Amino acid sequence: MDAKRIEALQSTARSVRHHILSLSSQGGCFIGASLSCTDLLVYLYFEYLSIDLSSLDDPERDYVLLSKGHDVPAMYGCFVEKSWLAKDRLANHLKSNDSIYWHPNRNIPGVEFHSGSLGQLPSVGAGIAQDCKMKGRHNRVLVIMGDGELNEGSVWETFLVASNLHLNNLCFVIDRNYFQANVATEDLMPLEPLEEKFKAFGIDVLRINGHDFEELDGAFRKLPFSDKRPSAIICDTVRGKGIPSIERRADRWFVNFSETEVEQLRQELAGGQAAQLNSETLTVR
Amino acid sequence: MTYQDILRDRALADERLVVLTAENRALIRDLPPVLRDRFIDVGIAEQTMIGMAAGLALRGRIPVCHALAPFLLFRAYEFIRNSVAIPSLPVVLSGYIPGFLSDGNGPTHQALEDMSLMRGLPNMEVYCPADLEDLLAMLPHVLGTSKPAYLRITTQASGFAHSAFQAGRAEVLSVGRDVNIVVAGYLFREALRARDLLEEQGISTGLINIRCLKPLDEECLTEVLNSKSNIVTIEDHFRAGGLFTSLAELVAKRGIRAKIIPFAMNDQWFKPALLKEVLQYEGFTAEALSQKIFQEINTLMYVKFN
Repeated sequence: MDAKRIEALQSTARSVRHHILSLSSQGGCFIGASLSCTDLLVYLYFEYLSIDLSSLDDPERDYVLLSKGHDVPAMYGCFVEKSWLAKDRLANHLKSNDSIYWHPNRNIPGVEFHSGSLGQLPSVGAGIAQDCKMKGRHNRVLVIMGDGELNEGSVWETFLVASNLHLNNLCFVIDRNYFQANVATEDLMPLEPLEEKFKAFGIDVLRINGHDFEELDGAFRKLPFSDKRPSAIICDTVRGKGIPSIERRADRWFVNFSETEVEQLRQELAGGQAAQLNSETLTVR
Repeated sequence: MTYQDILRDRALADERLVVLTAENRALIRDLPPVLRDRFIDVGIAEQTMIGMAAGLALRGRIPVCHALAPFLLFRAYEFIRNSVAIPSLPVVLSGYIPGFLSDGNGPTHQALEDMSLMRGLPNMEVYCPADLEDLLAMLPHVLGTSKPAYLRITTQASGFAHSAFQAGRAEVLSVGRDVNIVVAGYLFREALRARDLLEEQGISTGLINIRCLKPLDEECLTEVLNSKSNIVTIEDHFRAGGLFTSLAELVAKRGIRAKIIPFAMNDQWFKPALLKEVLQYEGFTAEALSQKIFQEINTLMYVKFN
C-alpha cells in the first residue's frame, strides 16, 4: 500500500471520527468502542471488501457482520463517507422518524444484520459461510467482535462448530481495545493469552496493530490463512482512539456530551488542545 | 436511599446475601469494595451467572442476579427454568431497563415479554414496581422471599408517596365509578396523570398499582372487575402474557362479565428513541392515554344506550 493511499484512508478515518462525534451528544452514543474500530472499518469498507449497495444481491459479494453492535456509529460514519447514508440523517439519531439508534439494524441499507445482544452474530456468520461453501462461492465472511464479547459462551460454541465444518471463508475479527463496558478486560475476565485460545479451537490467528493500515492490509490480504480452518485477526486497538482526552478511559464508554464539548473534541481530533470535559461520566449499564 | 443502599445494608446485616452481575454495574457500582467476595461479576456471561446463583443458593446463600432484563432473562432463560425455577431456589433476578426504559437501544434490548416469561414459570414470583419509591418499598420483601423472584427494576423517581408494601396486595389509590385503571410498572406516572385528566373531564376514574403480577391480588381485582366500570390495563409490555392477560384469565376463571381495554405493545416492538419520544410516538403519554380512554368509553356508552 503506497503512502498516498494510506494518507487517503487516514483522511477518511478522520471524517468518520467526526461523524461519530456528531452522534455523541443529544442522547449520546458508545463513543469509545466506535473510535477503536474506526480504522478497521475504514480499511474494510474503503480498501478491502467487495460490497456495494447496488449489488447486495450479488451471490459472490462479501459480508461484514457487526456483532459488537454498540460501535455502529463508526459503521454509519463509513456509510456517510461512502454516500450510502445522507449525512444530514445523522441529526435523526435517537429520533422516532428514522432508524438511527444505539445498535445496528437493517432499516439502514448496508447493515447486514441487527445486533445488540453480544455473542450472536458469530453463529449467523457461520451459517452464511456454510451456505457460500456449499454453493462453491468465494465470498469472504467477516464477523467483527469486541474483546469483552468473548466472555459469552456462545462465541466459543461457534468457534468449535466453524472449525469442525472447515469454514475457511469465515474470519473472526477482534477489536481488542482492552476494555469491557466499564472495566478493563484483564481486570475483570482476563483473556490473554488470546492467540493460544483461538489456536486451541482450531482457528488460525494473526495479531496486528488495528490502527495501522499497512498492518491491516498485510493481514487481510493473507486471508484465508488456510484451506481448512477458519481465521481470526486480533486487532490491538485503543479505546477512544484519535481523541487523547478520552483514550483508554474506563469511564468514557458511553457518553452524552454537550455541544460545546463536541466542538472542543472536534478541535482535539484536528490536533488542537485537549478538550475540557465536564459532562457527567455515564455508566449506562 | 437507593437500590444499592438497600442491597448493601441487607448484605452487611445478612452474610447469606451475594450480588452477582453480568457486567451491568450502573446501579451497583459502589458495592464491590463493600461486599468484597460477595460481589461476583462474571463478565458478559448471563448463563453462567444464573448457574452460579443456583449453586450458591444450594449452599444457603441468597443470590441477587443483577443485569439488563433482556439478557438476564432471555439469554439465560433455560438456566433460570432448570436451575432456579424447578428446584424453587431463592434467587432474585433483578432486571434493569425493562420495557420502555431501554429507550434508544433497539429491539434486542427491549424486554417486553419479561413478565410473560417469568410468570409462566412455576414457583417464580414477579414484582413490577411503579417507580423508585415503589421499588425501595418492596425490595426488602423481595430479598426476603424464599421463592425465586423476578424484580422488574424501575429507577425513575416520581415523588409519589406510596403506601407501605404488603405481600400479595395491590395498591389501590382510588376506586372510580366510570373507569378503573390497573397499571403495571413504569407507566404508573402516566396513568396517574391520565386519571387526573379524566377526572377533570368529569369521569370518575380509579387507579390501581398492581405492584406484584404473581402472585396476583385476585380478591382486589375481582372486586374491581365486578364493579360494572370500564377496566383499563396499562403496561410497557407485549399485550400477550402480562397484566392484560393476567386480568383476562381472572375474568374467564371467575366467569365475570367485564370488558378490559388494554394499553400495551400489540405484537410489535416499539420504535427506538429517547424515552420521552417513545412515549409520544407509541401513544403512552398521560394525554394520549386519557384521550383514548375517553373515546373508548364514549363508544362503549353509545353501544350500551343503543
